[in-house]
Formats: sequence, C-alpha cells, structure tokens
Amino acid sequence: MLFPTPQALGVPHRVVITGAGIVTALGLDWESNAESFRLGRVAFRPVTLCDVSRQRVKTAAEVALPGDLPPTLLKKRHRDRLDRAARLLLIAADQAWRQSGWVASSNLPVVLGTTSGGMSLGEAYYRRAIQEPNAHCHQAARVIHYQPQRQGLDLADAFGFSGPVFIIANACAAGGNALGHAWQLLRRGGADRVMAGGYDALSQLVFSGFDSLKALSPTECRPFDVGRDGLALGEGAAVFALETLTSAQHRKADILAEMVGYGASTDAHHLTQPHPQGEAALGSMAAACRAAHLAPGQIDYVNAHGTGTPLNDSAEAIAINRWAGDRAASLLVSSTKSSVGHLLGAAGAVEAAVCVMALQGQWLPPTTTLQAADPIAAFPIVRMPTSAKLEYALSNSFGFGGANATLIFRRWR
Amino acid sequence: MSLIVVRGYGAVSPAGWGIAAFREALAKGEPLETKPLIRPGWLRALPIRPVPPLPHRPSFMAHARLRRASAISQYAVAAAIEALGSDLHKVSEGSVRLGVVCCVLSGGVNYSSRFYSETLQDPTSASPLVFPETVFNAPASHVAALLGTTEINYTMVGDSGTFLLGLALAAEWLSDGQVDGCVVVGAEERDWLTADAFHRFEPGITMSDGAGALYLSRGVERDSGIQLSGITDAHPFLQKRGRVLASRAMRAQLPDSSPNHLLCDGTQQLPRLDAAEIASWADWTGPRLSPKEVFGESLAASGAWQCVAAIDALRANRYAAANVSVVGCNQQAIGAHFVNLNFLQTQRSGLTPSATGARIAD
Repeated sequence: MLFPTPQALGVPHRVVITGAGIVTALGLDWESNAESFRLGRVAFRPVTLCDVSRQRVKTAAEVALPGDLPPTLLKKRHRDRLDRAARLLLIAADQAWRQSGWVASSNLPVVLGTTSGGMSLGEAYYRRAIQEPNAHCHQAARVIHYQPQRQGLDLADAFGFSGPVFIIANACAAGGNALGHAWQLLRRGGADRVMAGGYDALSQLVFSGFDSLKALSPTECRPFDVGRDGLALGEGAAVFALETLTSAQHRKADILAEMVGYGASTDAHHLTQPHPQGEAALGSMAAACRAAHLAPGQIDYVNAHGTGTPLNDSAEAIAINRWAGDRAASLLVSSTKSSVGHLLGAAGAVEAAVCVMALQGQWLPPTTTLQAADPIAAFPIVRMPTSAKLEYALSNSFGFGGANATLIFRRWR
Repeated sequence: MSLIVVRGYGAVSPAGWGIAAFREALAKGEPLETKPLIRPGWLRALPIRPVPPLPHRPSFMAHARLRRASAISQYAVAAAIEALGSDLHKVSEGSVRLGVVCCVLSGGVNYSSRFYSETLQDPTSASPLVFPETVFNAPASHVAALLGTTEINYTMVGDSGTFLLGLALAAEWLSDGQVDGCVVVGAEERDWLTADAFHRFEPGITMSDGAGALYLSRGVERDSGIQLSGITDAHPFLQKRGRVLASRAMRAQLPDSSPNHLLCDGTQQLPRLDAAEIASWADWTGPRLSPKEVFGESLAASGAWQCVAAIDALRANRYAAANVSVVGCNQQAIGAHFVNLNFLQTQRSGLTPSATGARIAD
C-alpha cells in the first residue's frame, strides 16, 4: 500500500546514491560532464532545434544527441516514437541503472521532475491539428508520448521493473523536488530503491516564453555578475539510483555519495519573481539543514540556483547571506548554469549530479563567465577551477510559481 | 494512534460551483447536458460538459493573482477554499501549516495553445503575461498565494489516478509532521486540443472540466469524521502488465463488498475504457456510484470528484465505508479506502444511521 506505509523503525533510513547518469550539452556521460564542469567549460551555440530566427536571443546549450539509444527492453517501434526529452531521460537513466547493478523488481518507484515533458510532440500535434484538423497520421502517438507520465512508464518498461510513477512539475525546482521526494520515500521506508531525476528538452514554446519575458541573456549567462542580464536555456537530464544504506550495504554496492537533507518551501510573492529578501529561499535552505542536522557552517560548497537574471540572483544572494551569517564570508558558491544554461525541470537533478561529482573529485565547479561579482553577494564565488576539501555540498533550485527546493549531499568514503 | 482524516472537501463541476450543485447532480443520477464544441475545419462538433459561468463573482476572484489566471486556476482555488472552510483563516494567520498538492494532466492548456499560436505567428508579439500561466504549477502557485501558505507545494502530472497519489503524498507529509493540514486538488480546464486528442482514442467520450479538493489533517480515534484509511499501490500500465492486470491488482488491495460499503468507480458507459474496471469489480454486490456518468471525463479532476462523491455519501451517514476505484486513461490503476468514523460510533451506540445529506443512487 502507498498509504499507510510500514511503520518506520524509529530512526529514518539513511539514503545513498549507487548509480548516476547525466546528459548535458557538455557531454553524454558522467566522465565527460565531470571533466567539463570541473574546468568550467561553456556549451552554448546557435539553436538548431526550432526556428528562433525571429527571437531576440538565438543561442542555447543544445545536446548533441546520438542517433542510437542504448539497448533496453523497449521495442524499436516504441524507441522510434520517443521525443527528444524522453531520449535524454533514457540515456541518463541507462547510465544510472547499469552503474547501480540493480535488477528488475516490483515496488521500484520512479520520481521525475520536468516542466514540459514531451513538449516538442505537443507542438507537432498542435501544428498538425491547425493545418489539417481531420488528419490522423501520427497524431495519436503524439498524444501518448507527449504526456510526462508516459516518459516515466517508459523507464519502467525499458528496464523491466514496476512501481508507482510520480511526475513532479514544480517548474524549475522540479528536479530538486523529485530527488527530495525520493529521499523522503526511502527515509520513511516506503521503498528500498527509487529511480529519481529530472529531464527537459529545448522546445519552441518554452524558448519563446523565456524570450518574451526578456529573461534570456542577449550577451552571456553570468550568474552573480554585477552586469548580469539574463539566463541562458539548456537541456538535459540526470537520473540517480537512490537506495537505503541498508539495501546498498546488503548487496555490497559501490556508493557514490549520501543524500542527507531536503527542504522545500513556497514563495507566494509573485508568479515569476522571487521575494526580494529571499524569504522562501532562506526557508528552503534552513529546512534542508534541519533535516540533515547540519548548521550552515558545516556546508563546504553551495551550488546556487544562480540563473543570471537580476532578480533571482539578488534574492538568492540575500538569502544565502542571511542563512550563512558570518560563515558567508568564506562559503564557496558557484552557479553551473554558466556552463550548461538553465535546464528547467532537469536543473535540480543535473546540479545535484555536479555536487556529487565535486564531492567525489574534491573540486569546485567554477562560474567562469563571471567578470565582476555583484557586491550584494557576501560570499566568494568560485570562478576558476579549484581543488577543495569537501564534506557537504548544498544545491538550490527555485522555480516559477515560487517552488523552492534545497538538497544536501555528503561525501562517501 | 494518529489518523488521517478528511476535514473538508470542495468541488467545481459541470453542475456548478460548489458541493451543493455537485451533490444535487449526483443525486439525480442523470448525465448532465452536453454542449457542442466547434472548431474551424472539424467535420463535427464534439460534445463537452463545461463548468457553467459563475452566477456572481465571489470576493476571492478579485485577488490580483486571479486577474489573468486561466479557468483551471479559478476552479482549483474555488475548490480549495470550499474544502478549507472555516480553517481558511487559520492558514493565513499561520496557526495551520498547510501543504498543497495540485494534480493535473492537461493543466493550463488554453494559455499554452494561445501562447504557442502567438509564437508561430510572430514571437516578438507573444504575450509575456500569458507564458507564466502555461506552466504546470501555475494553479498550485495561485492556490498557495490565495490561501496564504508558504509550506511545501507540489504539482503532480498524470492521469486521473494521480489525485490518489496526491492523497498518499499528503498523508505522508501529515504523518511525518511536515505540515498540519494539506489540501489536495485535482483540476482541469476544457479546451479543443484535449477534446480533440481524447476523441482520437475514444469517440464516445465526453470531456468536461472543473476541480475537486480534499482537505486532510491528522486526527484521533475519537474523531467522528471521515478517515482516509488506505491508498493502494499505484499499479502502472506496462508492456508486460497492462490495464486488466493492473486493475485487478488494485481491486485485490481493497476490501470486499458489504451492505454498508459503497464503491465509487470510474466507469462512464464506454465499454472499451470501462472493461478492465468492470471485470475487476464483477464480484461487488454493494451500492455503487459512478460520477463520470454524470459529469464526464475530466482527467485529474475526475479522480478528485470520485473521492468527493464517496466522502459526501459517507458524510451523509448512509455508509460505513467507501472504496474509490480509479483506472486511469493511460497510467495506472489505484484505489482508496475511506471509513466513516461517525457511522461506526453510531452503531456502537445502538442508534440507527440516517441519511442526512445527499441521496446517493444505489
């Protein structure tokens, strides 16, 4: 039963990561992404996926998707119908699945964050329905594969497992919320293993939407820079094999990191603008620390939401200043959106992956596009590739509608 | 032991705004009148059951958040406010930490199609005011803003069973002590795209729109309300195990029939869509209620309406318990079980339960 779940044995389960996969414009696997994030490489190029000729901004961090998908239990006909977002997701999930060494079973929940699911199929459906209202060819398949829950079911079919599919669509915090929900499921004993992550692909509607808001940078994405002028969009996916420490140790699995905290809050200030004093962001970080039984002084690195928009970065900087207090002066912070852009529903999961990479490799991912730090940030911003001694890393994700999520990871050794 | 109880519920449906209209339509048991949905180039009109216009504009509609909000947000807010009832002020005062779970499938599809249409015509004139309302969690954000809560807030996307996933999520938040109360909303808005899409799979379907909401909190055994006693596993429709087996597995996790036990199912007189659910419940001999036959198919809102209908019947003290069976359109079979604590207490006291509310067709 989903509810009530078996009574917890008093102490919540510890949750560890035993598999991880990532796809961004920097690369199609963990190793290439880790090396590029470590060096602060930047992956933007002219958009080719949709017509942006009449848009104000014409670049994004597009993924160079391979023609073939990894072999799974999905039939070829099914694979051929997958849209771009589902392909990104499947590639990342395949890496996580293989690394984890999991075998198919029942009660293996899938928890995914996304903002737009298979939006490119929705767009194709719309265009066809307008141009040829009574045409049927391919329209039914577009309807099926457009819906986000289909992409979750595809993972279960691809690897042969079964369990509930949770699709969390909390805008740009969705990936963080998905990992957080998975963490809570495992902590309370609702499952031993959960496949969780976030994914989103570039689409015309979303690109146009951010451009219409004048939220896209016409120059370069420079989070926390005094001259920042907007965000850059990207696409990708990150998927984690999360499981209880008991389960992982029982099967002698390799552990990549431990997930120790999750906090969430809602910013009711405005549909698209954060509270200027970062009230809800502060609440989210504080809640994650409470869950992890950590003080801000114990956090070694913060992967900020850091979109590069004037309003987000100033609100987040104020929130971090308030949350960290005296610690802010030495708290190392960066935003990796300078490298791969804003991945929307995938952002929280991809940035969680960056935190795990940093903890594993003991380095800090830099914001290499930073030119002059905004003095509103009382903390140092990592701008060059740097080695560091890291025990705990915190990742923020904030979204439209005021959805806020904060995750905390611990080095495993 | 702490229980999870239903403190309140609300509905916006093709019958009107509020639970009274919903109850009255269910009591009549007749399918509501349909209206034709017509698009340029279509060979025929599609029948739909829309939410009727508001007879008068309630005060909450004047909130700045709802000035440009789409219909789905208005429905979600109205249902949530009705569900909270007199506890609404406790949320804004901060004495109740309220979580929000909003469940949708199509979401704000009217603004999505409008914004995309504008983009195709001329992206430089696509409205920046419309785009934020296209995001799946816009209704949940508006609900939180109007109720005055800054606690955890999720938007979940999926078929009609997702509302029950949302109930399970809320129950866990309550059990963990993360929140003191949680409002779970299922909402959809009508539009030609969704109607067109669903008619490709089931030509006889009648799409509708609206919202349903439950307000849950922790309770104690002496409570006399409605207890959420269980949510089954979510049995997904997979290549290796399709709709029939998933439906059967869901049914096996819910109690068997008894004279005082209601079944609220999701059938809607569409043999192909209904077949798996009908077969799963073939052994059910107790009273049965099928809200979709009255209101039509409204995806995430339908799952909410099934729960609202079951709870309203329990509140009327006609039944001791209710099973809610949801076999969704393309994701999962999932069920819920509610217990009428008042009915049990009445029985213990030797009094005869009486119908105090809506007449439920049985």
